[in-house]
Amino acid sequence: MYRIVDKKVLNPTVVQLQIEAPLVANKARPGQFIILRVDENGERIPLTIAGADRENGTVKIIFQIVGSTTEKLSHKEAGDYIQDFVGPLGVATHLDGLKKVCIVGGGVGCAIAMPIAEALHEMGAEVTSIIGFRNKDLLILEDEFKACSDTLRIMTDDGSYGEHGNVTVPLKEMLEAGKQFDMIITIGPLIMMKFVVAAAKPFGTPVTVSMNPVMIDGTGMCGGCRLTLNVDGKKVTKFACVDGPDFNGYEVDFDEAMSRGRMYFDFERHAHEETCNLFKKEVQ
Amino acid sequence: MAKANMSLTRNVMPTQDPQVRAHNFNEVALGYTEETAIDEAMRCLNCKNMPCVDGCPVKIHIPEFINKIKEGDFEGAYQIISKSSSLPAVCGRVCPQETQCESKCIRGVKGESVGIGRLERFVADWHNTFSTEEPVRPESNGHKVAIVGSGPSGLTCAGDLAKAGFEVTVFEALHTAGGVLVYGIPEFRLPKKIVAKEVDTLEKLGVKVETNVVIGKTLTIDELFDMGFEAVFVGSGAGLPNFMGIPGESFKGVYSANEFLTRSNLMKAYLDNPDTPIMKGGKVAVVGGGNVAMDAARTALRLGAEKVYIVYRRSMEELPARREEVEHAEEEGIEFQLLCNPIEILGYNNPDDVRDPKNGFVTGMTCVKMELGEPDEKGRRRPQVIPGSEFTIDVDTVVMSIGTSPNPLIKATTDGLEVNRHGGIVVNEDGLTSRTAVYAGGDAVTGAATVISAMGAGKTAAKAIADYLTAK
Repeated sequence: MYRIVDKKVLNPTVVQLQIEAPLVANKARPGQFIILRVDENGERIPLTIAGADRENGTVKIIFQIVGSTTEKLSHKEAGDYIQDFVGPLGVATHLDGLKKVCIVGGGVGCAIAMPIAEALHEMGAEVTSIIGFRNKDLLILEDEFKACSDTLRIMTDDGSYGEHGNVTVPLKEMLEAGKQFDMIITIGPLIMMKFVVAAAKPFGTPVTVSMNPVMIDGTGMCGGCRLTLNVDGKKVTKFACVDGPDFNGYEVDFDEAMSRGRMYFDFERHAHEETCNLFKKEVQ
Repeated sequence: MAKANMSLTRNVMPTQDPQVRAHNFNEVALGYTEETAIDEAMRCLNCKNMPCVDGCPVKIHIPEFINKIKEGDFEGAYQIISKSSSLPAVCGRVCPQETQCESKCIRGVKGESVGIGRLERFVADWHNTFSTEEPVRPESNGHKVAIVGSGPSGLTCAGDLAKAGFEVTVFEALHTAGGVLVYGIPEFRLPKKIVAKEVDTLEKLGVKVETNVVIGKTLTIDELFDMGFEAVFVGSGAGLPNFMGIPGESFKGVYSANEFLTRSNLMKAYLDNPDTPIMKGGKVAVVGGGNVAMDAARTALRLGAEKVYIVYRRSMEELPARREEVEHAEEEGIEFQLLCNPIEILGYNNPDDVRDPKNGFVTGMTCVKMELGEPDEKGRRRPQVIPGSEFTIDVDTVVMSIGTSPNPLIKATTDGLEVNRHGGIVVNEDGLTSRTAVYAGGDAVTGAATVISAMGAGKTAAKAIADYLTAK
């Protein structure tokens, strides 16, 4: 069992937890993920690590409430325990040698992008951050991004905060104005990452994307997280858990990944509704 | 003592009726009663040269334990088996005895061999049900050993070392100990409470089990030595599932056997209202002919499939699964498409509506008929395509059960650990790797093989580790 030492509600759908897991905290690097189970018989879900405190032996996770498991997790409080917590898994984001980087985060993906931006900032790299949200209420981590970014552009879909539009607007604008980046690192919804890649393509700027497909074990055993890369015209199957989660954005077959991501859509919607109903009953 | 039972046939193993068991996850084989066990034991001739023991990878003293059954001393029989095997209730169920101990049995020359596996299972189950004897934790010799992976090789190695007084810690990546015994082999062939009981017995012997630790990620082999472990045994299992590389393998409804079985077994997706989803019902094709393929096919059936096919590119003669499993599968109504190989998986695509929720789900599988050509270097007749023989089977789910490739996590984080061209860890006859004090065994070394061969490797390594640390 793993103790929750701190909980913070970042917005109505996004929650931050600090979990006591010294072995994981000791090894965690930006871009890696953990797998957790909330309770006995619970499903295993992967969540990217949003930070780690080696001294206190805690790992920070930030998640959006999207299904039954994240719903249950969101009802846990500081002092409560979760059943299982394992990691750090996957390959850390390659940051060596990067001097000018554009971080493009969308929604809860910003939580994962933030430690990468921090690490780059500490390395002395010039960090440009573009973070996007549906609206003002869903904005998270503004201060954190301000602290580690040389330039910060905040975008909302409805214009209720920052600039109106999606994250590709300022990205295109900067690239067209001749701004050079060694790398664009983008983390967020698949459709957003697909369009970031498309926006960068005419300029040939390298793009790293962070994939978060369905997983069970997270150690390469099940193959559920497989995705297809197009490498020099050849299709190659890779496992996000051991080969990723970061991939060269130009090689990823996003359409396939989006389709696979919806495999259990009906099941998950139904399970989430049932879980919500249970919590509602408890409240009554 | 009563006279030997000279019946040419062994006592029949009672099983659940095929029509009934095809719809539940309860164990298929029900086990011998005390009377049948004694009657079967009476068929053993107690041969002086004990050929059966030679056929056993962990060298159980077979005639000796059978003699105890003849006397009705079932606990005595258990004590003899447990000297050689840490997992008797498991082996009695999943060992391919017909190609091991039983294949050497003199009674098998004329008639059927003694049902050694069935007797082993009986003895272990009797012990688990009736025995009140607790395992005694031996006095520690102060040496610490780390075991990577809690599958059959790791548990065996841990058990043997613990019995010899070593302080053993087993590190398991998943949340439950047992490895393939819990994520792979289904409940109806190996109930999980039996695995839990065997692990519990090891814990009483002093073995510590640390779940949720991925060696190669959470900790490395070198860090284990820094933590004071003096030797490490790597039994991390087979690893990454293989796919065929044919079009359509990314459609929704295509699983590796590892994923399909893990969802059902470890994650309990077979229960009503599970937290972990799995595709249930419809028509299912399982590609491959090993024991894992049989497990996947029979699991699909129990999850409610209306039709299940085994698709295998050679003929029944070459099919590698145990006869018993094949017979059980056939009885349950699984259809074998032999000399048949998939070339493409077909998926739904509504050209008028990209948002159609059915898009991207499997609708069928195109196969070709095969014929067997000349034998290859291993003597197996090579299957070749019959031109123009394409046909399509209508399926909703495809499970690829065509083997695995070794997991790269440990190799990638352990300097100086030699692997072969397939990625399997290279070991000598004692299970010693290219690194001092690092031993390995099971599928991590051999690639996908059997539970008992992994146990044999765990046993060999345990002896070598004990010798090494005692001499140190």
